[in-house]
Parts: sequence; C-alpha cells; structure tokens
Amino acid sequence: MLTAYFSSIHITSLLNALPSNIAQGLIWGVMALGLYITFRLLNFADLTVDGSMATGGAITVMLTVNGWNIWLALLAAVAAGVCAGLVTGFFNTKLGIPPILSGILTQIALYSINLHILGGANKALPMDKYNLLLSSRNVLQAIIAGGLICTVLICIMYWYFGTEQGSAIRATGCNPAMSKAQGVNIGNMQLVGLAISNGIVALSGGLLSQYSGFADVNMGRGAIVIGLAAIIIGEVIGDALLGKHMNFIGKLSFVAFGGVIYYIVIGVVIWLKMPSNDLKLFTALIVAIFLAVPYLQKQSKTSFRKAGKRSQLNPKKEGGAKDA
Amino acid sequence: MLEIINIHKTFDPGTINEKKALDGLSLTLHEGDFVTVIGGNGAGKSTMLNAVAGVWPVDEGSILIDGVDVTGLPEYKRAKYLGRVFQDPMTGTAATMQIEENLAMANRRGLRRFLRWGVTAKERAKYLSLLKELNLGLEDRMTVKAGLLSGGQRQALTLLMATLQKPKLLLLDEHTAALDPKTAAKVLEITDKIVSENHLTTMMVTHNMKDAITHGNRLIMMHEGRIILDISGEEKKSLHVKDLLQKFEEISGEEFATDKNILN
Repeated sequence: MLTAYFSSIHITSLLNALPSNIAQGLIWGVMALGLYITFRLLNFADLTVDGSMATGGAITVMLTVNGWNIWLALLAAVAAGVCAGLVTGFFNTKLGIPPILSGILTQIALYSINLHILGGANKALPMDKYNLLLSSRNVLQAIIAGGLICTVLICIMYWYFGTEQGSAIRATGCNPAMSKAQGVNIGNMQLVGLAISNGIVALSGGLLSQYSGFADVNMGRGAIVIGLAAIIIGEVIGDALLGKHMNFIGKLSFVAFGGVIYYIVIGVVIWLKMPSNDLKLFTALIVAIFLAVPYLQKQSKTSFRKAGKRSQLNPKKEGGAKDA
Repeated sequence: MLEIINIHKTFDPGTINEKKALDGLSLTLHEGDFVTVIGGNGAGKSTMLNAVAGVWPVDEGSILIDGVDVTGLPEYKRAKYLGRVFQDPMTGTAATMQIEENLAMANRRGLRRFLRWGVTAKERAKYLSLLKELNLGLEDRMTVKAGLLSGGQRQALTLLMATLQKPKLLLLDEHTAALDPKTAAKVLEITDKIVSENHLTTMMVTHNMKDAITHGNRLIMMHEGRIILDISGEEKKSLHVKDLLQKFEEISGEEFATDKNILN
C-alpha cells in the first residue's frame, strides 16, 4: 500500500503546480497586506475581511459580466470594501461594540449582501469572454500581474504609513492614550485604517475571482486565517533572514512573500494527496504553529525549569527524592 | 492662563462605588506659574489634571485655558493647548515607534495631519540638538524604538515631546513617581530646566513633599476634592515638610499619614 502511495507521487506534478501556487499566493499576499494594517498597525483583530473579500469578488464579477471595464470593476470593489470597513469602525468607535464582535457583525451582514449582489450563491466569470487582468488560463501573466500589484501596493503603503496621517494611525494602534494627548482623534484614525484595510482585501477578492473564473458567496470563508498565516510566516522568515536589519518595506515585502510560501506549502500538502477536505484544518495548524514559535522561543530562553537547573544552591529540589 | 471655576465630578454616581472626586474646585493660574500639587491618596490631584486634560467631561463648572472655554472640548481637541507627562513611563510614548517618530508626532500636536512626510530632515536636526541638551545619549539613538528606552529616558523624552510645541499649560501627573530616586532627581532637573527656559505655566502633582516645596513658585494642597491650602512667594520658600504636615492636620482634622509621605 505504501509503495502504491509513493509511486503515485511524482515531483513533476509538484513542479507543475508551482506557478499556479505562486500566482494564488501573490493574490493572497495582497489580502495579507490589507490585513496587516488592522492586525499589526491598528492592533484590531478585524473579522470583516471574510465578508469583504467575497464582496470584492462578487462586485468584480457582476460588473465585468455587465460590461464594465475590469479596472473600473476593481475600483468599485475597493470602494465596497472601504464601506465595509467603515461599518465595522462605526460599530466599534461610535456604538462601543468590541472589535472582534464588530467585525463578525459586518461579516455576517455581508453574507446576505453578497447573495444579493451575486443573485445567488455564485456566479461564473468566463475567462475567454472578457478582458481580465489575470486568470488561471495564463499563469505566467497572472504571476507578473500579481507581483506588480503587490509591489505597487507595498510602495504605496510604505509611503502612506510614513506620512503624518499614517504615523497617527500607527500611534493609535500602539498607544491610544499617547495619541489622544498628541491631539489625534483615535476614533477617526481607526475608521480610516479599517477602511483602507478592507478596501485592499476587497481588491484581493476581485483578483481572486478573476483568477478562478467565478465569485462565490463562500470564497472569503477563513480568509482571515489564511491572511494571518501569510503575515506570520512572512514575519518569522523575515526575522530569521534579516533580523535587526528589518525595516518597514522589508516587513511588508515579507508579508506578501508569506502568502506565496503559504500556497507553496498548501501545494505540497495537496501533492502528498492529503484529502482536500482537511485543508482548513491544516491551515489552522500552520497558523497555530507559527503563532506559537515566537512565544516558545522566548519561553525556551527564560523558563523556570532552566532556572531551576541553573540554581545549584539548594540540593533538595521540590518534587525530587526526599531524604529517608 | 488657567481658570478652573467651581468644577464637580462624581464617579459611578448612584452605585455602591459612588465617589465624589472633585467637589466645587476652583483655581486660577497666572502665566508663568509653576504650581506643585500635593494631597493624600484620593484627594483629587490626578482627577483635577484629568479634568483639565479632558479625559472625561466634568459634571458642573467651567475650565478656561488662556481665556478659551474648553469645558465642552474632548481630549484630543484640548491637546493643542496642553503638554502632558504621565505617571506611567509607558503612557507618554509609542513603544513601537522610533524616538524621532515620537517627537514628530508631538511636533504636530494640535495641527491637522495630512499626507506630508511624517518626519522631515529639517525636524531631525532640531530634534538632534534638543536631545543633545537632555544629555542622556538619546541623540545617537534617534531611530531606536521608544520601547527600548528606560523609564527615566522615556519620561525625559515625553517631557521634550510635551514642550516641543509650546503648550499653554504643562500638566505633570506624578511623572517621577515610577522612577528610582536618582533618576527621579534627574528628570526633575530636566523639568525645571525646560519649564524655566520656555517660561511654561505648569501644574505638577507629586507625592513628595520635599519636591513640592523646592520646585515651583506656588504650592497647593488638596483634600476631598477641594483646595485646602494655597501658598506662594516668600512664604512657600520658607516652608518645611513639618509645617505642611501640621497645616494639613489643622485644616482637615486628619493626619496626613501614608507611609510614602512620612518616608519622604
């Protein structure tokens, strides 16, 4: 049985799938860059993204099918994502609903809205009929387009978060009390941050729907976990490679790169013939492991067990053999 | 410069935790006044500073800064008038941002923040010379994250941030209480220097009676949300801790007896 399993696995099939994994990874890298704004800069765990990603895909598909230019369709998708972010921000800053719950509420509301937009659970976007930015028909073009979009986005984000307003958003996420004392309206900064973040996430939804040739009301399910996986994988790898020399543009680049790594890992898992039903389980495990690594590393440096071992003063250790 | 007119504040009204923190407090500060504020725990010292800073709205009364009624303004809008340093060194700076980024945030206090560059080269030169004056070696570490600084360094940085844009009023809320005595003395020295160089109107809350006597030109003592003693000029200069304790007992009919005050 084992030999049958191994003989059914060929390295060529892994290599064949690699370009497609890279293309999808870059699209999810866009999503991860959006999520990075809320998760790392604003310190706001925003669950809106599961909904706004699908909204971005739905709007892109429907407008393109109705004859819109693909760029205009993507722009509309971004605008819809911005609105979704503003709704979550409104729930949190104006109505006092806790961040996670605010995001969940918008996400659930978007499910109905997405059904309305799509007029059903899903909608096909025939790749040969429309002039798309990228599609799985031409993977190389998709990689180039995805890479370019990531690069432009990273440059814009690097610039924006270096401006006065971007700095105020970062300060709000880091220290709200200090920000208020410096005259920053932290509620507004949160709204702006959530709006930009969800706009970018909706853009990635629009890209993904073009790549896969359809939009589905469930296409964003678990998006936050994949986005977090990309962020954390990117951070761990970036930290290992650059360490102290890491700057903001490096961080952003590694977040996008994290998306690619994630999809290559998923590609390997599929190549190993893991049942595709278990993919989400596997994703959750990856995120858990990468979240735990920095913590465990820190723990291994300073632990009570090691301190106990180092301590030679008292030969009678608690829990050790007692004198007769 | 600052007029506090009959302000009241009760926390958790109508509950078992109801606490009358400010009870008809009035105070006028003139331009250039450096007032030290003392009082027992729960006397309302920090509450008064928070009322002025607009952390929450007062229940009654008015607060005017330089003739402007700020009673209805939220904290972030009052920020343009105020420089603030907090008790906890973590509160005053953004830990994940660089020293120069923190200073740049403070340099734009009260201004609209648009899409201009967050820190300009011209500013950097200014920050460099100001940090040099602090004499803490921070001028060589301008791109270091503020979170890596010690408590004393962070308080000194916060002081600089609070006064980068000359505030109408500088509020120091026990800003040396979390520091060791040597560092506290150094931060107080920097405080005196910055206040006198910029002729700042200042309110400094402290637990340390000696500090309250040696710094500033005026001293007020609070008890149960009101000012019970207000000494300035020559009379303040000749004060001793012993006199203050005695006066407190006379006026309040209680002993000023926290360990901290006695040990100081």
